[in-house]
Amino acid sequence: MSTGLRYKSKLATPEDKQDIDKQYVGFATLPNQVHRKSVKKGFDFTLMVAERINQTVEILKHTVDIEEKGVKLKLTIVDTPGFGDAVNNSECWKPITDYVDQQFEQYFRDESGLNRKNIQDNRVHCCLYFISPFGHGLRPVDVGFMKALHEKVNIVPLIAKADCLVPSEIRKLKERIREEIDKFGIHVYQFPECDSDEDEDFKQQDRELKESAPFAVIGSNTVVEAKGQRVRGRLYPWGIVEVENQAHCDFVKLRNMLIRTHMHDLKDVTCDVHYENYRAHCIQQMTSKLTQDSRMESPIPILPLPTPDVETEKLIRMKDEELRRMQEMLQKMKQQMQDQ
Amino acid sequence: LRLPETRTDAAMSELVPEPRPKPAVPMKPVSINSSLLGYIGIDTIIEQMRRKTMKTGFDFNIMVVGQSGLGKSTLVNTLFKSQVSRKSSSWNREEKIPKTVEIKAIGHVIEEGGVKMKLTVIDTPGFGDQINNENCWEPIEKYVNEQYEKFLKEEVNISRKKRIPDTRVHCCLYFVSPTGHSLRPLDLEFMKHLSKVVNIIPVIAKADTMTLEEKSEFKQRVRKELEVNGIEFYPQKEFDEDLEDKTENDKIRQESMPFAVVGSDKEYQVNGKRVLGRKTPWGIIEVENLNHCEFALLRDFVIRTHLQDLKEVTHNIHYETYRAKRLNDSGGLPPGEGLLGTALPPVPATPCPTAE
Repeated sequence: MSTGLRYKSKLATPEDKQDIDKQYVGFATLPNQVHRKSVKKGFDFTLMVAERINQTVEILKHTVDIEEKGVKLKLTIVDTPGFGDAVNNSECWKPITDYVDQQFEQYFRDESGLNRKNIQDNRVHCCLYFISPFGHGLRPVDVGFMKALHEKVNIVPLIAKADCLVPSEIRKLKERIREEIDKFGIHVYQFPECDSDEDEDFKQQDRELKESAPFAVIGSNTVVEAKGQRVRGRLYPWGIVEVENQAHCDFVKLRNMLIRTHMHDLKDVTCDVHYENYRAHCIQQMTSKLTQDSRMESPIPILPLPTPDVETEKLIRMKDEELRRMQEMLQKMKQQMQDQ
Repeated sequence: LRLPETRTDAAMSELVPEPRPKPAVPMKPVSINSSLLGYIGIDTIIEQMRRKTMKTGFDFNIMVVGQSGLGKSTLVNTLFKSQVSRKSSSWNREEKIPKTVEIKAIGHVIEEGGVKMKLTVIDTPGFGDQINNENCWEPIEKYVNEQYEKFLKEEVNISRKKRIPDTRVHCCLYFVSPTGHSLRPLDLEFMKHLSKVVNIIPVIAKADTMTLEEKSEFKQRVRKELEVNGIEFYPQKEFDEDLEDKTENDKIRQESMPFAVVGSDKEYQVNGKRVLGRKTPWGIIEVENLNHCEFALLRDFVIRTHLQDLKEVTHNIHYETYRAKRLNDSGGLPPGEGLLGTALPPVPATPCPTAE
């Protein structure tokens, strides 16, 4: 899977700003900006965003195909509205761990199947976890979530809505979060070490990247006028926050990391580490079940009974509804014909 | 000017507890056609009361509730321009978020213009911070009722203190997290329960995270949700006393509240003046600038215009409701010190001007 390709980060140059597709308004704006740029190879990338909005935890998938300079990217963004919003948030991450596991399971099945040419990779390559800027560090629910997911997916913690913090507060909060991540034994995504043959620029950028984690980000879908230029930002009575200004927030660092330099590594780690862990665990469970049943079978693993995922169930229900409606209509027509 | 009133001595056992017994408001004096033949000096009563208040000072108890990190302590310090609350950001590494809600009351004496205020700030660390926050408002409700009970016990004593120490919560600032979307279930639960026993003033914390448009939309949505859920925050509609009150309070209820605030204890130089604010790379947020946030509105509301009313509503309404319920429930006097036994008929409460 690893192609050894290294995407050298270019120094930030002003690029053509494309119009934002309005169908994403109302959605976490961060991924919208992230996927405007793409990479030199077409492949799938699934990004999961853990944020808090509504009252019950839902899993919402948005898939979009992006092409830039001949390179195609199929980006899937999985949103998790409702996370952490209830009064009682015990196990509120269960729908999310279930989702991640389901994708692994699907892949496992596909991989073990007969036709392996067109396996679609829906596994979650990266999870952006938004930490509230209003706390003093990690909250119990943050720790709970990350510990439940850190062995299943690459977690990239972010400090959300960073424009409500002044620089000294951001520094303190980042330190606190880093300490607590250590203290609680949370395994967040680690940036790999640079190859020694990289140039100094790249190494410097890489260092800065590592030192800035967790990234403090701001998102905006609106364009405002700042210093004679049109930039993406937020307009306050006391000033304008520019999303792509590195002195204002770490958005550019996040985008560079996610897309320009580490996208491939995120996928590699997902495949080589998280998925393999899942697969080994799965096989172990199955074989131990076999020995428990004291059956002597061939080593071909018996796949667990397929559990239809939420999407398929929805589809089945929809089709049932359709069928029912058509039957009703047919009945009505029959009745009408009889009455005539 | 509100004169202390006597309560009608209906037999206590026949007292049907209304959910909120309204105070008997003295009717505006019918103007008798009396032309004074000379100056009497009735108006000096105001000066006499003022001097008395200055000598005795007064109590004010304010409670702050909200998730940790919403700037509660900073805001209270900003409101009273002194370090009356200890910020949780200054907790050292060993002090963790408490597992259950704690109630911490710290008193300070503040003096201004010769007037002494004994300010008590009641903090509630641990509220809303756990994974499971079910019923986390219960310790708070318990605390509020305990203060009413304390006061009641003093009041029914045979030999009472001249000035009953007032630890009752006069005002509860509830800090709403500025998500920009809507109130959270916990916010609604808390306010539903507590608005029945204490004056709640909802406040949108850390409002510098929202643009003007987002702020206005959020406030509208919050107001709507409070209405839909039947939550009566202070100033409660049912206690508007006259048209003047109603007009003034309507405006506050429907336009200004909930106040979107920013707090700070740091000063910066802006246009030659030193102002309290927050310095960001893109500008300085001035806490007392009404174009930036509504802190000044909150301050004026709580301290400069409605402080006395907050205390009166607490005393005349919330406390009386509690008292009526207690007397009815126990079918007599609550057990207290210095009583000669429950055989005595309940002592009709006389007005408590001594409380202030």
